[in-house]
Amino acid sequence: MSVVGPDPGKLYHRKMPATWWLTNPSYFLFMLRELSSVFIALFLVVYLCQIYQLSQGPDAYTAFTQKLSSPGWILFHFVALLFALYHSITWFQSSAVVLPLRIGERAVSRSIVLALHVAAWLIVSVIVLVLFLALKS
Amino acid sequence: MAEPTITLNVTRYRPEKDRAPTTQTYVVPYRQDWVVLDALNHIKDQLDGTLSYRWSCRMGVCGSCGMMVNGTPKLTCAAFLRDYYPQEIRVEPLVNFPIIRDLVIDMTDFMEKLKRVKPWIIRKEEKSVSAGEYLQTPAELEAFHQFTQCINCMLCYAACPVYGLEPKFLGPAAIALGYRYNMDSRDQGKDQREILGNHDGIWDCTFVGECSVVCPKHVDPAAAIQRSKVDVTKDWFQSILMPWGQR
Repeated sequence: MSVVGPDPGKLYHRKMPATWWLTNPSYFLFMLRELSSVFIALFLVVYLCQIYQLSQGPDAYTAFTQKLSSPGWILFHFVALLFALYHSITWFQSSAVVLPLRIGERAVSRSIVLALHVAAWLIVSVIVLVLFLALKS
Repeated sequence: MAEPTITLNVTRYRPEKDRAPTTQTYVVPYRQDWVVLDALNHIKDQLDGTLSYRWSCRMGVCGSCGMMVNGTPKLTCAAFLRDYYPQEIRVEPLVNFPIIRDLVIDMTDFMEKLKRVKPWIIRKEEKSVSAGEYLQTPAELEAFHQFTQCINCMLCYAACPVYGLEPKFLGPAAIALGYRYNMDSRDQGKDQREILGNHDGIWDCTFVGECSVVCPKHVDPAAAIQRSKVDVTKDWFQSILMPWGQR
């Protein structure tokens, strides 16, 4: 039996516009999440350079950190921080979807899983901050 | 007092005379309890019998009447006019699919992909009917139940920019259904659904997540895809670390 389908020559194919990510707020937020990785990667490159300068002696390191204190670099780090925070939140949101948690026969809601992740993140951040301040003093 | 009306801007494409789709405007009576599908039926019955679109059950079960309503993929039988009134409503065929005529899209690609994930129970050896059913506990059913709710309406494909940009992508509904059978305790065919773990399967998905937002049955295909990624990764590590443990 032959299958009768639409005539391929008469189908109309629509092209996806290059601005598709501006047509829906969710798509825009998705693109921001993807873009966040660029800023995080750039920050890591700068951080690796900073560590390398540490191996070059105190003068080289001080000169490098002085460069980083210019308004342009501070702005870059501020933007990178915002992207890192956004990336982290979306990561925890994704984790709640990927790892369904059950207690006994009951499913734990995603908002609780998200809240647990954020709480753990805040606790670890505070520990790192305390360690940093303790080492500095 | 004049009866209130609402304006629908509907995509028309008649391949025998149109080179590209156009928009036709219809003014229909506004009724609080009407959905967009009722308005289309009014157009078809009273105003213009040449308008083509798909529909069947009118109750969110058949999955036939999916269209873009003001740019969002929706079942038109569940999109109430009152949620848009008094603004005009734009009705278009589902995006990411070729148009056959007016609001009717070509679903051949989806049907082919659906077959490729083998959405049925595969047994290594079938029991005879007299040996009884394949039993399952409520907890085993719960593990995949939500993914059985898919009605193949293809709204998730219209919401997925990855499918729009990369037509080879297996897509949300097909992967969710493959995952549904992989999670079914009665199924033994996971190794026959390797297509899920291929590049055009789960790894094409960048987790935009809009497929789950538009799903009228709360199937959550995005979750199925992400969980499949975890499963496939675990299986891969297991095959590397414990090759003797392969079935």
